[in-house]
Amino acid sequence: MNRDIAVVAFAQTRHSAQDDGLTEVEMLAPVIGEIKERTGLTRFGFTCSGSCDYLAGTPFSFVSALDAVGAWPPISESHVEMDAAWALYEAWVRLRHGDVDTALVYGFGKGSQGALREIFTQQLDPYYLAPLGVDPVSLAALQARAYLDRAGVKEDDLRAVAARSRAAGRANPYALHLPDPDDEGYEVAPLRPSDIAPVADGAAAIVLAAGDTARELCERPAWISGVDHRAEAHAPGARDLTRSESTRIAARKAGADRVEVAELHARYSHEELILREALGLDESVSVNPSGGPLSADPVMATGLIRIGEAAARIHDGTATRALAHAASGPCLQQNLVCVLSGESDG
Amino acid sequence: MSSEPNHVVEFPGGYTRSVGPVIGRFLTELRDGRLVGVRTADGRVLVPPTEYDPETGEAVTGEFVEVGPAGTVTSWSWVPRPRPAHPLDRPFAWALIRPDGADTALLHALDLGEFEEGADPPRYLKAGLRVRPKWRAERTGGIGDIACFRPEVTMINAPTRLEYRLRGGRALDRFLAGIAEGRILGHRCPVCGQVIVPMKGLCPRDGVPTSEEVEVADTGTVTTFAVNNLPDPRAPDVPFVSAYVLLDGADLTMLALVAGIPADQVRIGMRVKAVWRPREEWGPTLDNIKWFEPLDEPDVLFERIKDYV
Amino acid sequence: MGEPCAVIGVGQTAYRTRRRDVSIAGLVREAAARALEDAGLTWKDIDAVVIGKAPDLFEGVVMPEAYLADALGARGKPVMRVHTAGSVGGSTAIVAASLIQAGVHDRVLTVAWEKQSESNATWALTVSGPFSTSLVVGAGGYFAPHIRAYMRRSGAPAHIGTLVAVKDRLNALKNPYAHLKIPGISREMVESTPMLWEPIRYLETCPSSDGACAMVLAGERAARRAPHPPAWVHGTAMRSEPIFFAGRDAVNPRAGRDCAADVYRQAGITDPRREIDVAEVYVPFSWYEPMWLENLGFCGEGEGWKLTESGATALDGDIPWNASGGVLSSNPIGASGMIRFAEAALQVRGMAGEHQVDGARRALGHAYGGGAQFFSMWIVGSDKP
Repeated sequence: MNRDIAVVAFAQTRHSAQDDGLTEVEMLAPVIGEIKERTGLTRFGFTCSGSCDYLAGTPFSFVSALDAVGAWPPISESHVEMDAAWALYEAWVRLRHGDVDTALVYGFGKGSQGALREIFTQQLDPYYLAPLGVDPVSLAALQARAYLDRAGVKEDDLRAVAARSRAAGRANPYALHLPDPDDEGYEVAPLRPSDIAPVADGAAAIVLAAGDTARELCERPAWISGVDHRAEAHAPGARDLTRSESTRIAARKAGADRVEVAELHARYSHEELILREALGLDESVSVNPSGGPLSADPVMATGLIRIGEAAARIHDGTATRALAHAASGPCLQQNLVCVLSGESDG
Repeated sequence: MSSEPNHVVEFPGGYTRSVGPVIGRFLTELRDGRLVGVRTADGRVLVPPTEYDPETGEAVTGEFVEVGPAGTVTSWSWVPRPRPAHPLDRPFAWALIRPDGADTALLHALDLGEFEEGADPPRYLKAGLRVRPKWRAERTGGIGDIACFRPEVTMINAPTRLEYRLRGGRALDRFLAGIAEGRILGHRCPVCGQVIVPMKGLCPRDGVPTSEEVEVADTGTVTTFAVNNLPDPRAPDVPFVSAYVLLDGADLTMLALVAGIPADQVRIGMRVKAVWRPREEWGPTLDNIKWFEPLDEPDVLFERIKDYV
Repeated sequence: MGEPCAVIGVGQTAYRTRRRDVSIAGLVREAAARALEDAGLTWKDIDAVVIGKAPDLFEGVVMPEAYLADALGARGKPVMRVHTAGSVGGSTAIVAASLIQAGVHDRVLTVAWEKQSESNATWALTVSGPFSTSLVVGAGGYFAPHIRAYMRRSGAPAHIGTLVAVKDRLNALKNPYAHLKIPGISREMVESTPMLWEPIRYLETCPSSDGACAMVLAGERAARRAPHPPAWVHGTAMRSEPIFFAGRDAVNPRAGRDCAADVYRQAGITDPRREIDVAEVYVPFSWYEPMWLENLGFCGEGEGWKLTESGATALDGDIPWNASGGVLSSNPIGASGMIRFAEAALQVRGMAGEHQVDGARRALGHAYGGGAQFFSMWIVGSDKP
């Protein structure tokens, strides 16, 4: 079924670089409260969330998160162990069936309570990669090196991405406010600390609605004109790290063209450059006006926030066509592209 | 022999043995890191090769066939306390190993990893186990060029330790501050009016924030329970009774340990009271309550608590 | 529910305590390759892959869909990973079906798995933070008090759980993939085993298994071209409720009742006992059969144990439950729900082999998880709805 589906509301926490002493549920509950208040909805046709058990090192983190939703009477609900952008994808698919008109999507993560580099080492192939102890930052640096060599880009170009992202983040009340990059040493060469997304705690929620319901709930709905996601092979030696073929395919399927704004889930500065190339974004496109993940990276919500920020540009009238990108896995292994428009096709 | 030996037989420099063409070929190949067997007249492959077919006494053919190096254990013995002459100084197996492509088996040591002296054989050591030789780097043309056999890799051990610094959260911190003073606190939900203990700062049913504090009693009623007989290092010694206790003044049961009564005498509807540790041991932790034990009061009728299970 | 959707391929691994002969990818590929073969397809015919499993702590691989993406032929394709606790196998199938019903894809491969032998199920399910006490050891420790409450509420005699434990293991003897095969299983044998979590005995408990289950789901056009009969999806539903709140009925949870009502409505079912021919229901502890008989509306409240006692749920009864041997006979947790959904499909395709229920045309697949708070269900039928 083909229906017009839009992002009608977006809420997020003021992301925090340190543990503020709240549980995930306590962090999430005000965001859910805010989005219910903004839409005037207390019940949704479908609910879907994204989170990761390993962030707290206990199973079933999504079970207690349900307490924040008010799941009584019982609700139609699902959960992905992925960034909540994929929860939004699942909800978008569900709304296309035609029998429900609204969906609540949320994601949350407290990156501050564990060692993220060690945790995400355990996401790697358990036979050949994880036993080596190689961490995601080291792998990202490997990708950055390969990209610099292939594209003839300099480390200064990475620094420029970091500086622009941090400057934009300082204008965003929800992001961390980080200083301009200075003469800092390498974290893992060629990446320096400012090239790497800072750890943050945070949560975000989005409400999707279909057709006339969307028009009732929002003055200027951000219509999803296309959304798609694709995966790469896992092993870093089995693919061309310098290109994001899966992003290119997802963008083609989602009809990503003529966008004015792009919010990219680039957790390292070189990833923005690889993604710009895959998405065919030229200098006229405003990339990560929110500051992007380099200014706040509440894992498991970061991708959903990209969609929320892009939609917010439609809601406030600063753009008529925007692109949001979300990523998962090491070295941009999985990529999702969502195209939002101020005008519905139908 | 408990003391030093007083007699030694040792041929100076070791015996010099001629090996002949068949054994010699095997050891020469072994020195090169290969396992070979010899074909018999009726087509079978003998490993280690001999000049004759052990079944018929007929001479073997001159055809050598590369086999293995992987093989299958056909039988074994287990040495829990190795002797000085043994090839390994930790518990290991002797095994008959039939290399792939061979019709007979070779005897060799089988190293199964670290074991404490005197250990029982591991359960996975059995006929059919797949093994491969561990070659010595410096080989001289002897059966010891294979240091031992080892199981094929079927599993890798993946030790993982991730460290976290978890915070209890605002609601739990407040609840435990109460416990530190010997008080059990809950919140009343502004929508449904129910008292939630321990409080969470929100009502899971209504999805609204809660803040009105209510102190409840440390007495209550068992609504249902389990008798746990499965030991776990993180749990109390078995058998222990985990019970849902509806504290007087609360509308939500709390999972708690019930003790001070034989497990088979715990009942649904039984009245219980918290047993607190000595006040000087109190801290902001539920450990302040050792467990709940029976009160000398009549049981509550099931009808009155059935909606709380 | 959108476009028509059908199951055209089912693949299962043998379920065992330890599948030491395979890697994680090998286990998952074994089920997936069998599902593709059943569907007459190859990896390249698949549009998208939906993976489900229970907590990642079981194998210690964080979000393993990344590592498994190319192992499941998904390079350049969409991959999703669902996790809804014990109901995940069912939810995963529903998400995969949803992609077909929404008209997004034509052929979706869905796989659910668990390789519990890489750690220990009790450990992985009970890892708790520093603020909670370990009064619950494994799933049985959680469910035992609720079973006791059911026995008290319904007045069921103590041997009912034993009957289910025997019946499901007798069924397992007819299922080539089943883990627990206990020839000569009897009431005496079950009753002679110790109470692990009183009132749950050892043989009233599910095993801990390694295993995977896969299905190929297809839209109408692809289903018509499949080499074997399809199982058409007549309805799907999921429901969740919070785990602890004042007034929650944990014995007969409303989420389960609402979920069943929703899926029956979609399938046009008003009398499940009469209109459903066979049900594969998530029963990890034997007492959950009578409890779910009531929760799913096969009888009135307090009557479930009478239905079990009458033999109605046996393979030759009027409403066979868990003809495959059920979760009590095979339990790779993340896959257990999908096995229920897949076995329901096999029944209405007439491909269930020795445990086939004659003439089954409509079947229920059911899964639940968490503190009996997450439910997923589907109804499949041999006729296109």
